[in-house]
Amino acid sequence: MVPLVGIFWPRIARHRLGLTTFLLVADRSMFAERAMEYAPQLYSTALRMTRNAADAEDLVQETMMRGYRSFDTFAEGTNLRAWLYRILTNAFINRYRSKQRRPMETDLADIEDLYLYKRVSTMENAAGSLSAEDQFLDLFTDEEVKSAVEGLPDTFKLPVILADVEGFAYKEIAEMLDIPVGTVMSRLHRGRKSMQKELYQYAKARGLVDTPQDSD
Amino acid sequence: MANCKETLNELEPYIDGELSADAKKHIHGHIDGCVDCQQAFEFHLELKAAIQRKVNNDELPNGLLMRLESCLKEDFDGDGNVGVPSDR
Repeated sequence: MVPLVGIFWPRIARHRLGLTTFLLVADRSMFAERAMEYAPQLYSTALRMTRNAADAEDLVQETMMRGYRSFDTFAEGTNLRAWLYRILTNAFINRYRSKQRRPMETDLADIEDLYLYKRVSTMENAAGSLSAEDQFLDLFTDEEVKSAVEGLPDTFKLPVILADVEGFAYKEIAEMLDIPVGTVMSRLHRGRKSMQKELYQYAKARGLVDTPQDSD
Repeated sequence: MANCKETLNELEPYIDGELSADAKKHIHGHIDGCVDCQQAFEFHLELKAAIQRKVNNDELPNGLLMRLESCLKEDFDGDGNVGVPSDR
């Protein structure tokens, strides 16, 4: 059954059967009830991916329709959220890949490790306060963090969203993006540093760091 | 016991929950006695939590909810009807 479905939908069909030799097939009439709770997070992710509300709505609708139509390939006992995200990710890649030039690993400049931390910890040591890191991070607005994520090239943005925002495991992300786990890790590493550099720029622009004299 | 460089190399797998129990024990063997590394680990755990908190909070548009209802033939918003008014 799985290979047959794989002809039409190769990435979703790659279920992990584990040790069980039989597979419980999901009931399509239950799809709406079970999948709708994930619609808001799918929409948030789609919005980060497309940076456009209308495109994000279309992408979520396409994801739900594809999920509904292929729900009988969902293996009961596996992670429905991850299954839906795999559909969303593939729908995004299929829809937008043709419009964009092929993203390159070299799209991001090499940035030093621990970029944000090194700058923040220096600042805090100077201020004599070591426990202010979470407060510092709270100074960033939701819009700033969203825009730091959205500004990444897709190659790096997808792993960052899937790991940092959605909390998926490397192995799940590797399956969604059809890349090796090592590639997930290196893209995450570079994408995160680039995002941190962007956040640091926002912090500087707002005078949250590098302000020797009190601006108030 | 691992040194700072080896420990910081494992920072991302650590905050992503990808390390085995043994590997985590190894990391703790170092950071419990190294304030610098401990702070770096705490900062990145908090950074990941802050990103999660600030990025995943967009509200599902009503129009999309109605389109999904209409596609999936389910009354999610409990208004007694499926889909958008113009569909009925």
